[in-house]
Amino acid sequence: MSVVLEHVGLRVGNDAVIDDVSLAFERGTMNVLLGPTLSGKTTLMRLMAGLDRPSTGRILVDGEDVAHVPVRRRSVAMVYQQFVNYPSLSVYENIASPLRVAGVGRAEIESRVAEAARVLRLEPFLRRLPAELSGGQQQRTAIARALVKRAALVLLDEPLANLDYKLREELREELPRLFAESGAILVYATTEPSEALLLGGRTATLWQGRVTQEGETPSLYRDPGNVDAARVFSDPPLNELPVVVAGGRARRSDGTPLPEAMIPSLPDGSYRIGFRVEHASVVEQDDVAASQGDVFPGTVSVTEISGSESFVHIDVGFAVWVCLVLGVHDWRPGARAAVSVDRDGIFVFAPDGSRLQPSVVRRLPHAATG
Amino acid sequence: MEKAINNRAWFFVLPVLVFVLFSSLVPLMTVINYSVQDTMGQNNFFFNGIAWFQNLLDPTTDIGGRFAAALVRNLLFSFVVLLIELPLGVGAALCIPRHGWKVGATLVLIALPLLIPYNVVGTIWQIFARADIGLLGYVLTHLGIAYNDTQDPTSAWATILVMDVWHWTGMVALLAYAGLKSIPDAFYQAARIDGAGRWSVFRNIELPKLQKVLVIAVLLRFMGSFMIYTEPSIVTGGGPGESTSFLSLDLVKIALGQVDLGNGAAMSLVYNLITLTICWVFFTVMTQLDRRKDV
Repeated sequence: MSVVLEHVGLRVGNDAVIDDVSLAFERGTMNVLLGPTLSGKTTLMRLMAGLDRPSTGRILVDGEDVAHVPVRRRSVAMVYQQFVNYPSLSVYENIASPLRVAGVGRAEIESRVAEAARVLRLEPFLRRLPAELSGGQQQRTAIARALVKRAALVLLDEPLANLDYKLREELREELPRLFAESGAILVYATTEPSEALLLGGRTATLWQGRVTQEGETPSLYRDPGNVDAARVFSDPPLNELPVVVAGGRARRSDGTPLPEAMIPSLPDGSYRIGFRVEHASVVEQDDVAASQGDVFPGTVSVTEISGSESFVHIDVGFAVWVCLVLGVHDWRPGARAAVSVDRDGIFVFAPDGSRLQPSVVRRLPHAATG
Repeated sequence: MEKAINNRAWFFVLPVLVFVLFSSLVPLMTVINYSVQDTMGQNNFFFNGIAWFQNLLDPTTDIGGRFAAALVRNLLFSFVVLLIELPLGVGAALCIPRHGWKVGATLVLIALPLLIPYNVVGTIWQIFARADIGLLGYVLTHLGIAYNDTQDPTSAWATILVMDVWHWTGMVALLAYAGLKSIPDAFYQAARIDGAGRWSVFRNIELPKLQKVLVIAVLLRFMGSFMIYTEPSIVTGGGPGESTSFLSLDLVKIALGQVDLGNGAAMSLVYNLITLTICWVFFTVMTQLDRRKDV
């Protein structure tokens, strides 16, 4: 099966909630919809499920427009951020519910529910009510309900967002495997760039109801096509700096010249440069004079320590940039430090937000000299 | 750390103590006082033990028979009220629109009867039901239905029941509506994707999710209907005969009409105790059921 969205749009009142989205999904693939809250992920899924009808464009399943096929006749399963189960039915009955509605025979229901329960390790809880389970078990019940249906299109709407992190890691690994056998199209909505990278497959970044970029997940991360896609796919947020180029010299918008050759030579105009945390490092006060390259002095405002790495937020006067440091570091707020920017990690965006591809941007000889 | 002990702090609690004393304790003690004393007149009271209570709880005595009959009326009335108002209220809540300007309009309409003072409700229905000039009574009589709420006990009961349904179903509907609104949209979506029908959505999603709200509705409506006084006292005055003499009406007749203070006091205490007990049993059973599910 394939699902194709052709210029799909949805208007509610005067707002375009979904704006001209074109995407294609193939059988047996993992597809991530990555975007912040309210970027349209859930709405897009509702359209794909057939819960809402697009106001413009078409949704094709195996080449056929499905606008008039009611939800119940589509082969769709969905798992939500909230743990959605029938409160008064036992776990067994919950998992069996889609099969009962579909009129599947008794013996087959039993074997399919047993299989789903085994895979999701719900066997000890089959007689319990959902309210008697932990959050993780409730969500596994909801996933079992989706799995048992053997739907061709499985929509997972931030399914792990309400779980604690240990369970998330476990289920995140299991989910693609669980559905892989069925050959279903998996669509997984998330707000977290790291989750998209862990899931792999293909990713579409969403911003304000539009798909800003689409492609293989790792290459999308490496090569964001525009500033919106780069922002959506960066956590901690993308470090940004508006620059003005005049007469071959790049300056900040307040007129301060940038370090020599920090950015490639560009035609006159205004640009926005962006770089991720992994391309920004902290230089201690004493080493600033000795360090070469593009250094911006400032003061530490916050340090987020995650264990294996620390994110140091440094106020460089005109912006707060985030740097990545490996290991646990104890940078005190207010300490003087500087941000060193790795030139190879710089993205240059035109005023319209589109990215100037590295091939277009001529590098100055500094790259050769180091 | 050492705490400074300052006895002047008690002064701040004093107003509350005085208030509670005069609002509850003194009246309650007065009633208890009357319930264990008898009088020969001239404001001379003497201790009478539990004789009033013994009389009251013995259905073969005059007062005991009245009390038992009124209690049965009360229980029957509350039972029928719950039987009608809960399903009707939930049904109405399901019909209230969920979006747009119609929500406000419908809610105001539904809440309107709740805002009318009890005695006004009684007066409205007393006139509305009159067989000679009331719209309801007049229309029913002309349709050939033998209706007269001052002569026929069935008519009287029907009038009071319909009046209570009119007055209070809105509250059940509002509570149920609030409960329905709190169900996340994802549940309805999931049901649609599963292909579940309207009945199945109600039975498996809405009803279980409404359970907690309905416990409150049952409790409120039981207490309200079990203690009903104002409306029937205006509409039927407890008649015809004794047919709509609920406990509260009978109590007022005995204590204030006949100035039978001993019987009246014993009756109001037992009445109070019955209401408390039933509510406590309701509450315990229902929350216990709930706790078993929430483990």
